[in-house]
Amino acid sequence: MDAPPPDGRPRPPLRLLPTGGAVQVNQPLPFGAGRNGRAAPSDLTETMGKVARGDKQAFSALYDALAPLVFGIVLKVVRDRAQSEEVAQEVMIDLWRQAARYRPDAGSVQTWAATIAHRRAVDRVRSAQAAADREHAQAAREHTTAFDEVAEQVETRLESEQVRRCLRGLTELQRQAVTLAYYQGLTYREVAEALRTPLPTIKTRMRDGLIRLRDCMGVTT
Amino acid sequence: MNHHTTDAHTLAAAYALGALDDDERKDFDAHLQTCEACRQEAAEFQATTARLAAAVAQPPPPGAKAQVMAAVDGVRQLPPRVPAAGAAPVLGGILRRRAVSLALAATVAAVALGGVAVWQTQNEQELEQQARQAQQQLDAVSAVLAAPDAQTVHGKAANGALTTVVSSEQRNQAVFTAANLPAPGAGKTYQLWLDHDGTMLPAGLIDHDGTVILAGNPADAGAVGLTLEPDGGSPQPTTDPLLLMALPA
Ligand SMILES: [Zn+2]
Repeated sequence: MDAPPPDGRPRPPLRLLPTGGAVQVNQPLPFGAGRNGRAAPSDLTETMGKVARGDKQAFSALYDALAPLVFGIVLKVVRDRAQSEEVAQEVMIDLWRQAARYRPDAGSVQTWAATIAHRRAVDRVRSAQAAADREHAQAAREHTTAFDEVAEQVETRLESEQVRRCLRGLTELQRQAVTLAYYQGLTYREVAEALRTPLPTIKTRMRDGLIRLRDCMGVTT
Repeated sequence: MNHHTTDAHTLAAAYALGALDDDERKDFDAHLQTCEACRQEAAEFQATTARLAAAVAQPPPPGAKAQVMAAVDGVRQLPPRVPAAGAAPVLGGILRRRAVSLALAATVAAVALGGVAVWQTQNEQELEQQARQAQQQLDAVSAVLAAPDAQTVHGKAANGALTTVVSSEQRNQAVFTAANLPAPGAGKTYQLWLDHDGTMLPAGLIDHDGTVILAGNPADAGAVGLTLEPDGGSPQPTTDPLLLMALPA
């Protein structure tokens, strides 16, 4: 017998929760071919095709390949572990539902899954915020006091050496704008409030920050 | 064109970071349909933010996979996105096909409905009727899972089955999913119950792993129960509950 999930509970202040002990091993998904002996993106595209035709075995393989990515980013944004488990499961079911709508020409399967997972996580966090009827200003104050800590922890907790290195290559404001939005689920308006920076500046920093990250990581589509 | 359109060209980064609110996101989605430059930029930025996601990957909780695999049994897949003309209702598509497809659909229904042997009859009209019911069941399950206010509760039954209830207050419906459910044994079935202030009302039968819509009125119920009952079910529980899951208030 389980207790109901803590839905509608006010979003806790910006604090990165420990996620299950120090010995936990992250398993970043490979984007290049064959890292850790896992399937390369092209193999996943083929798997997606089978999933789109209702192949449960292919979906089982897809689950194994994508669940760490999905659960990781959901947990990062939602923070509450029980809620994150629910959201991650909903995302995986959604990948099954939407499999036929995946278009390889629009990006890799990982990118598609990360986009859906991040969106669901953000939706959960924002609806929880709305339910708690939280004051915008209050949120901004909390973010302001915590963003230094967040930026610092984001760096030390990243498993991917390349991502860590590329984030370090951003200016302070670029890095804060990118990580507050993506890892904390803030809108660019909230980011602007949290960093006490004009809206157009934040938009621009997000853009040139992502351009720098893109080039540093050698991302192509 | 107008102020809004000019502004849209600058939003690909915020879009890829998930930093737009709902309305802005919809507007930008629409903008992407017509702006190749933004589409290209958004795709590259999304590939970039996906790396940020991969950098925080975490092993998913054990048991989650079994629940997801059981849940998708009852979830109908969406057709590929096609131009408007192709967007005929799926039900119509099913009814246009011949009896083979209908029997197939009925089999899917048999799985979704917990093993009721619905395809023994040969009458095509009945098959169509059953296919229609099957499709409605699957649509109902999908609708609950996709409801914006859907809430999920997980449980573990005394017999080891992993269970999930997804409920939507808006739709006043709930679905129940079981994974690793042991066979009920000859002449027996599992029965679901909705607890209304201590009164257990029958909410359907389930015989093996899969997903079913709970019959009744989940909005007023405080919990979902599961018992082992004689074939065909009972008006009231006759055995101790294997599971009692509190529903979200
Ligand atoms: Zn544009």
